[in-house]
Amino acid sequence: MLNKQGRQTDIVNLTELSQDSFTTHSGNKGLEQGELLIYEIGDTERTGVDLEEVGEFKDRLGGLTRGHEIGLAGLSEPEAMRHYTRLSRMNYAIDMGLYPLGSCTMKHNPRVNEKVARLPGLGDIHPLQPLSTVQGALEVMDRLAHWLKTLTGMPAIAMSPKAGAHGELCGLMAIRAALDKRGENRSIVLAPESAHGTNPATASLCGYKVKSIPATEDGHVDLAALKDALGPDVAAIMLTNPNTCGLFERDVIEIAEAIHDIGGYFYCDGANFNAIVGKVRPGDLGVDAMHINLHKTFSTPHGGGGPGAGPVVLSEALAPFAPVPYVVHGKDGFSLVEHLEEGSDSFGRMTAFHGQMGMNIRALAFMMSHGSDGLARVAEDSVLNANYVMASLSDVMTASFDGPCMHECLFDDRFLNGSGIATLDFAKAMIDEGYHPMTMYFPLVVHGAMLIEPTESESKQSLDQFIGSLRHLVAEAKAGNKELFSGAPYLAPLRRLDETLAARKPVLRWIKPEGNGENE
Amino acid sequence: MTTYYSEEHEWITVEGDTGTVGITDYAQNALGDIVFVEVPEVGSNYDKGDEIAVVESVKAASEIYALVGGEVSAVNNALEDEPALVNAQAETDGWFYKVTLSDASELEELMDADGYKAFTAGLE
Amino acid sequence: MRYLPLSHDDRSQMLDKIGVSHIDDLFRDVPKSALLKKPVDLPSHMSEMQVDRNFRHMAEKNIPAGSHPFFCGAGAYRHYVPSTVDYMIQRGEFLTAYTPYQPEISQGTLQALFEFQTQVAQITGMEVANASMYDGSTACGEAVLMARRATRKKKSILSGTLHPQYIEVVKTATKYTDDIAVVNAIDTYSVDTLIDQIDDDTNCVVVQYPDFFGNLQDYSKLADALHAKKALLVVVVTEIVSLGAVRSPGSMGADIVVGEGQSIGNGLSFGGPYVGLFATRQKLVRTMPGRVCGETVDGDGKRGYVLTLSTREQHIRREKATSNICTNAGLCTLAFTIHMTLLGEKGFRHLARLNHSKAVKLADKLSTLDGVEVLNDSFFNEFTVSLPIDATEAIENMTAKQILGGVPLSRLYPNDASLKNQMLVAVTETVTEEDMDRLVSELKELINA
Repeated sequence: MLNKQGRQTDIVNLTELSQDSFTTHSGNKGLEQGELLIYEIGDTERTGVDLEEVGEFKDRLGGLTRGHEIGLAGLSEPEAMRHYTRLSRMNYAIDMGLYPLGSCTMKHNPRVNEKVARLPGLGDIHPLQPLSTVQGALEVMDRLAHWLKTLTGMPAIAMSPKAGAHGELCGLMAIRAALDKRGENRSIVLAPESAHGTNPATASLCGYKVKSIPATEDGHVDLAALKDALGPDVAAIMLTNPNTCGLFERDVIEIAEAIHDIGGYFYCDGANFNAIVGKVRPGDLGVDAMHINLHKTFSTPHGGGGPGAGPVVLSEALAPFAPVPYVVHGKDGFSLVEHLEEGSDSFGRMTAFHGQMGMNIRALAFMMSHGSDGLARVAEDSVLNANYVMASLSDVMTASFDGPCMHECLFDDRFLNGSGIATLDFAKAMIDEGYHPMTMYFPLVVHGAMLIEPTESESKQSLDQFIGSLRHLVAEAKAGNKELFSGAPYLAPLRRLDETLAARKPVLRWIKPEGNGENE
Repeated sequence: MTTYYSEEHEWITVEGDTGTVGITDYAQNALGDIVFVEVPEVGSNYDKGDEIAVVESVKAASEIYALVGGEVSAVNNALEDEPALVNAQAETDGWFYKVTLSDASELEELMDADGYKAFTAGLE
Repeated sequence: MRYLPLSHDDRSQMLDKIGVSHIDDLFRDVPKSALLKKPVDLPSHMSEMQVDRNFRHMAEKNIPAGSHPFFCGAGAYRHYVPSTVDYMIQRGEFLTAYTPYQPEISQGTLQALFEFQTQVAQITGMEVANASMYDGSTACGEAVLMARRATRKKKSILSGTLHPQYIEVVKTATKYTDDIAVVNAIDTYSVDTLIDQIDDDTNCVVVQYPDFFGNLQDYSKLADALHAKKALLVVVVTEIVSLGAVRSPGSMGADIVVGEGQSIGNGLSFGGPYVGLFATRQKLVRTMPGRVCGETVDGDGKRGYVLTLSTREQHIRREKATSNICTNAGLCTLAFTIHMTLLGEKGFRHLARLNHSKAVKLADKLSTLDGVEVLNDSFFNEFTVSLPIDATEAIENMTAKQILGGVPLSRLYPNDASLKNQMLVAVTETVTEEDMDRLVSELKELINA
């Protein structure tokens, strides 16, 4: 007997509808699901937690009991799970693909790091527990400090800064404190025009004026201009090395000597340390202070904008000015200096407690996994990958400077001249190809900058696919297929967003539609 | 009533000892969509060349420097709600502030309409 | 190497394509003297299992808060975080995304930030909030700098009962600017004495609520006095759960509210990473530091979110930026938001009430001990206890009996001998009645010894 039950298995073209023209009742398209705000889904009565009952008692709130509704929307656990899962699916992430953001070092985030950071003995300890109960935590800080000092060839370190910019502040404050101690009132910090915005912003928090140093035609700091700018009023130079054009400052030792000759200090922005970790020690280049973005070089997750960590290594000259707290080896194991001691030159405290312990653990796990041999390979592979991308695209895109580059390669928009397509359009078209765009319009020293940093995490196969996509887009641009770019992205959860509207009439929070259910 | 222009693309229309100041149509066009204008406080005093206002697009902020010294006598509050006025009518309704001139001779260094036109033509 | 995908063959093919023969040819701009000839003196690579084992060894040397009766607070609190939170923040799409500068492919992060900002504004009773600062203490430093910008006046007055480490952070933040931070002695905190200090140069008064010692005060009168002098009230909240039980700082007239958000969604983690909350009035928003997310529409008119008002920030405004902050608390804000969403209004208030009821219970129990005094008139989930013995020694001794009994004030005020017998005791929902009884009986034994 022939059984003709069962589903149809041959593929037939049922309709002429294309994906683009397909509309649905829900507004969703298959796995592409929209999602409202928690305030539109939940309400103030719903909750996703069960808590023990509270009996009658006499409160001791001093007559300040909160009366009116706060307005917080709650969701049950399955609703919350679904809500945030749906939101997560609207994000691009390293786990999904190559993330070529120049100067951001979007590398793989190993999961063992997450695991060990959550061990109860490391994740569930209070910063003010008796020191005898946190010896292992102090050991983590001490070991990480040792690794960072060894890798940078620097004698001292401040572990508490919470991110790169906070580290810059730490380094510059140490410099200011050292100069104050010498009784010198210098007012200028030099920074190349290609510097990250955090550099001038930090300098101004330390009371310094920033003087910009131009770049040469080949993308390096103009040594002659730099020397002309040096004088008794210069406190420091802030230099990113490798620089934001993706090039190693080959005159770095001469620059360090020049700044030291006039009694100033050399602050190195360590954002691009990934290119040289295990290959070059900044201490050998004359650096006095450098922050290390643990969330870049040492793989702690970027988490959609943070948290980071920015420990700062310091030279002998600056070590006495480091902030509290710091770990010391005492007679009963590790101890922590949390207060300024009498006569201390320390400039003070940057944050409550002891810094980003959770990030320290992850970074140390990354370092131990690689070892000294693996870390050098990290630098080599990241530089190799960037140069491979550059070599594979230079015939169709315009590289701003001759290679070799370090861990990132810089292109500008000359190859788009006459096409009517801007860097922004080109970048948005990459989204349709399934890639996060590269860093755009930074550094400011070239027109329409496109800064590509593939990191060591990419395989050759992955790079070849990426290169293929970019070559395809260049060909389309040169063929005059302007629409592909001007309207891009077409295939993302949303089309381009109106940033002018957002800035003109800022709506920074949800407001209950029928008037603001404003809290008491 | 005379209007003067600066190389920083500001204009000032003077009537008696009061000047009305804004940015030129050329400037608004170059800046793109303007999203915010920070105007000075009424009653505050500025010298020529002081930073007196800030005009912002989405991705840039530009400082506006006092064309002449004097006391700010009025500001254009309409810009607070509608910064787009600067894009729409830079040289009329999109004015920034009014100033009581302390030294009218400071106007002499500025350009007249024809001079400014020639100046911007040279920038193309 | 498990994290490095390139094979030997890949590397040589790629070098060929680049046109060099050796990897070090790519490092040719590095001064010869500085290019290392051999690996630095550190251990060589390890398997995942070895790494795991190393960290277990270090972890075992610590006493985790969850394994014993636990009463430490002083700015970091142990609350129960629902499993959903930690699962969700480990989804790769959240965990491994960068700052949402490309809004079309970052709506997940952006919408969560918009929800976060709304929650923070609601809880603090303010109009707007930013997308976070590093932690409560640095947010406090930023608030003082913002008060300076907003008022163009130089003097900030800090209450004596502000967290002592927050005071240190403010002093550091203003050290090299021309701002003046007036730090009050520990006994100067009442609204009236603070009002007396306000003058024409004052840009703000910074108070903590509940204060460092756990006390609650109504700051409305202080706000009025400040506003009369065109100055701002900055309120610091280090235990954000308290705002589920007590009036919001916004309702008292605060102009800036900063807080430590760790209590919601985030573990103790030995002091970081935490999440700095920063809320203010709409009219001050352009002087606010940090990133902020706003609503807009896309090209098809669909609602969406973007980072906005960026002209305040360092990447555009450089030396004139409102702060140098770039990386913020990102993922910790997400943990906060998910936990707060699970709680909702009902859960958040219930949690606060539960914390307070337990604290009241323990305060009552401790008050029965001879020579032990609870020094607070009012409190939320933390109060100051005076012992007839040295508090640091008492806590150290209790550690041997597997109790983490609180934070001795000497840890934070090492030079104030009058505080050596005092300690802060925090009680959250994680404390059981049995835990309380063990603390009480242990203290009793130590006192009688």
